Amino acid sequence: MTTQPTSPATTDKDTPRPGKASASMTAIRPERFGYEQARHLLWRAGFGGTPAQIQTLAAWGPERSVDYLLDYDKVNADPIKGDLFDRDIMSPLSQEDREAYRKAQRAQDEDALAKFRAERQNRERSDRAQMTEIQKWWLKRMIETPRPLEEKMTLFWHGILATNYRTIENSYHMYLQNQMLRRNAVGNFGTMLFELIRDPAMIKYLDNDESRKNRPNENLAREIMELFALGVGNYTEKDIKEGARALTGYTFRDDDFFYDQQNHDNGEKSILGKKAPLDGDGFVKAILETRACSAYIARRVYTFFVAELPPMERLPDRDLDPTTRTVLSSLSGTLLAGKYDLKPMLRKLFLSEHFYDQRFMGDQIKSPVVLVVGAMRSLNTPVRDLGILNDALDLMGQNIFFPPSVKGWEGGRSWINTSTLFVRQNILTFLLTGKKPVGYDATADSTKYDPSGLLSEFAKADPSASTDPGRVVDYMMKLTLGRTPPSAKETLANFARSRGGAITPDVMTALLLIITTMPEYQLC
Amino acid sequence: MPSAFCETLMTTPRPAFTRREFLGSSLTLASASLAVPAFLQGTALGMHEMLHGLSSAPGIPDDRILVVVQLGGGNDGLNTVVPFGMNQYYRARPGINIPEKEVLTLSGSDGIGIHPAMTGFKDLFDNSLAAIVQGVGYPNPNRSHFKSMDIWQTADTTATGDGWLGRYFDAECCGYGKGESGTATKSPKGHIDKEPNDKAGGPSPKAQTSDSPGIAIGRSAPLAMQGRQIKPISFESADLFRWAGQDIHQSLKDPYNQIARREPVPGEVPSDSNAAFLMRTSLDAQVSSELIRKAVAMRPTTQFPAGQLGSQLAMVSSMIRAGLKTRVYYVTHGSFDTHSGQGGQQGRHANLLREFASSVKAFYDEMKAQGNTDRVMTLAFSEFGRRVSQNASQGTDHGTAAPMFLFGPMVKPGIHGDHPSLQDLDDGDLKYKIDFRSVYASVLDDWMKADSKAILEGSYRGVSVVKKA
Repeated sequence: MTTQPTSPATTDKDTPRPGKASASMTAIRPERFGYEQARHLLWRAGFGGTPAQIQTLAAWGPERSVDYLLDYDKVNADPIKGDLFDRDIMSPLSQEDREAYRKAQRAQDEDALAKFRAERQNRERSDRAQMTEIQKWWLKRMIETPRPLEEKMTLFWHGILATNYRTIENSYHMYLQNQMLRRNAVGNFGTMLFELIRDPAMIKYLDNDESRKNRPNENLAREIMELFALGVGNYTEKDIKEGARALTGYTFRDDDFFYDQQNHDNGEKSILGKKAPLDGDGFVKAILETRACSAYIARRVYTFFVAELPPMERLPDRDLDPTTRTVLSSLSGTLLAGKYDLKPMLRKLFLSEHFYDQRFMGDQIKSPVVLVVGAMRSLNTPVRDLGILNDALDLMGQNIFFPPSVKGWEGGRSWINTSTLFVRQNILTFLLTGKKPVGYDATADSTKYDPSGLLSEFAKADPSASTDPGRVVDYMMKLTLGRTPPSAKETLANFARSRGGAITPDVMTALLLIITTMPEYQLC
Repeated sequence: MPSAFCETLMTTPRPAFTRREFLGSSLTLASASLAVPAFLQGTALGMHEMLHGLSSAPGIPDDRILVVVQLGGGNDGLNTVVPFGMNQYYRARPGINIPEKEVLTLSGSDGIGIHPAMTGFKDLFDNSLAAIVQGVGYPNPNRSHFKSMDIWQTADTTATGDGWLGRYFDAECCGYGKGESGTATKSPKGHIDKEPNDKAGGPSPKAQTSDSPGIAIGRSAPLAMQGRQIKPISFESADLFRWAGQDIHQSLKDPYNQIARREPVPGEVPSDSNAAFLMRTSLDAQVSSELIRKAVAMRPTTQFPAGQLGSQLAMVSSMIRAGLKTRVYYVTHGSFDTHSGQGGQQGRHANLLREFASSVKAFYDEMKAQGNTDRVMTLAFSEFGRRVSQNASQGTDHGTAAPMFLFGPMVKPGIHGDHPSLQDLDDGDLKYKIDFRSVYASVLDDWMKADSKAILEGSYRGVSVVKKA
């Protein structure tokens, strides 16, 4: 396909910077969708884009671009194979082994028991190692996928329907959950909830496997209402107690959901105003029939893709400013009209004028995953050591598959403090130069980064500009930061001139080294 | 005298500094870096103001430090301070109780003692360096970790507003009352509204100083430390506390420093934007980096136990030794969320308690070696206790009231308050006797010499945990 290369300098939309955000959920007009808007869409609905990708979307216009990102099942991607990882590491003991173990216990056969314990520890060790491999596998998938929105939405759900491996201690179940989230990423939220109460990792994480008919464990019911689907204030303690009864018997055997009829409470329950002998599905249906559910999901989507809002209990929808309220109610209305299909809501959002409001463009703090994956994808750096990248994600506060709590990651400004800022700078330095962060062996990764490709689009449009340090810096800042803060621009241009003025790959890399330490580089 | 102690003397040029020396700290600050931005000196003046109103109580040093230990996840109070004299305790917990003969008894107490893994605690207690406040909680207890933790951190039962320590910083430096920045968003009305007083001449939102009044060790700074104006510094490891890129080529250093130390230009970068927030944080990071790395590079003179809490407290001790002006340090321990397989005298909960007790003990040993014991008070809390009865998985579920712990020579040692009844329960949960805010109030008024009524927006004196020297 041929696209007309346009220089970002000439496609700036002269959108006024209004005091209030635009409330308009009407579709953005094609003529208002240029380089900046395409760049914004690529970062928010994915992990950023290369100059060529930005130009392509800018030429396509909003409709085609959004459909391309959203209808990603039309794009070929690596199918996920079931046998990629070992499902048996943490399988329950065989009947035979269980009997041998019990026998050893009865006989107080310390030697035999020690053997069992050692074997158990071995399995746990292998499983932790496999968990690390699964982390790297997902990270690599995010880096390489031709379907960025699929992975971005999987990450979104992982942060909401949060489950931490540390409690599960079964890496294969985490892998299965990751697939469940990906399967439903832009599918139907209702379907996802029905699958969620059958998901072994979630059942284990929130103790539903310990829930008994006469002693229901409230954890799963509570978190579904508080954090997954409704939000504080939209249910009562009694709804939780009754919900917990409805979920009794929802457990798992080995890798599969298991409905333990013996342990299910068949009695009548009253949940969110619905009275019947509800089971787990009845509990989910009761939630889906509330108005609060679509409003809750709309708000989470908005916070993830557009701009942060305080938690609902601190600032209920009704107390928001009229603009945000209108936008949220349009989103939740679309979700409800589509019977919880997510695509129409996302489509409406990504095409809306509101989404491209100047107030929001470039004012979202990149999560650690977006920072790292985005840098690799948009600057086309070598992939380098996934283990080091994975460790850095942890230090920056986003250890994937290990969210800090069932509340997921807090996001926004909580990603940033004086120390995570240094980790962010140092991991970018590693990507660009191969210099490993403190704590790893001192030999640098010798794969050299070639930044010259970044300039080719620019050079195509205007060959003379690509040798002028001032204009190259301007172009690079628009690409990497989406803005050109004057004082920094001057510093960088002076730096380029002081290196002889020729824009060699080394000078490009040096410029990127400094740019990627900038406060503004943490934004998208 | 062991040689390690001599080293302490060498590297700790100043003893507990007097107020005058503290005032002089603005000079130290200015010389800490060649290009200290003007506002940092301003903030050093803020610290000056902060101390100005303090009245010097005899026996209480001016440069007091508070260390907060957060026991996250909900510590099982009943297996920490064990009511072995109550039969109901053993009936409610057939599988996970602490047998009477194993409980460490405390002098002056009847029928209660502490978990056998907490020998370090007993040592401190026997030396009048520890206090237990029993049955601490708040009305209408919330059993969500997050909500209840927010309640403890904001000292507000609706869990809204700034952190209680952040409000203390704000009150001392800028005269604010209870604010709203704890929501981590820009204004209480949500992101759409812009703060009207962008440039209204009040204290600009710059917050941190190279000697921040608050340092949190960990990945993210807790809500408790977030004020409207003053934000804490937080870090997990000092090695990672600088940009390594400057080692690649000498020529990168200058442009990096210029760019990292920019201040947001009003009109160009709205002060409530994330960009302005990032620029301020970047500047703070540069200034703090040097000072803190130097401090933490000094090894403690005494041995700390292995484990995260031990190494966090070791870092705190090094920063105290280096003479940072920080008033509050915040460390975390846990998770104490023992829903299953909690164990009794041994096991998961026992290990957590052992680490807690031995780390705090090591910390006070180090303070003693440094000669700083009198300056440091430590407060430990958890967001809730656990239910009285064990559950079906040999664990305990989220409960309500639990004990709090305080350490240091200026703490009124011993046991405060009565153990909550195990008969008079609220739907299977303990009824609290002491509001946690009254413990905060006592610490704020009597240790930090602040005005707890203004900071906590209410009068909560019900317990007095600090010695009137």
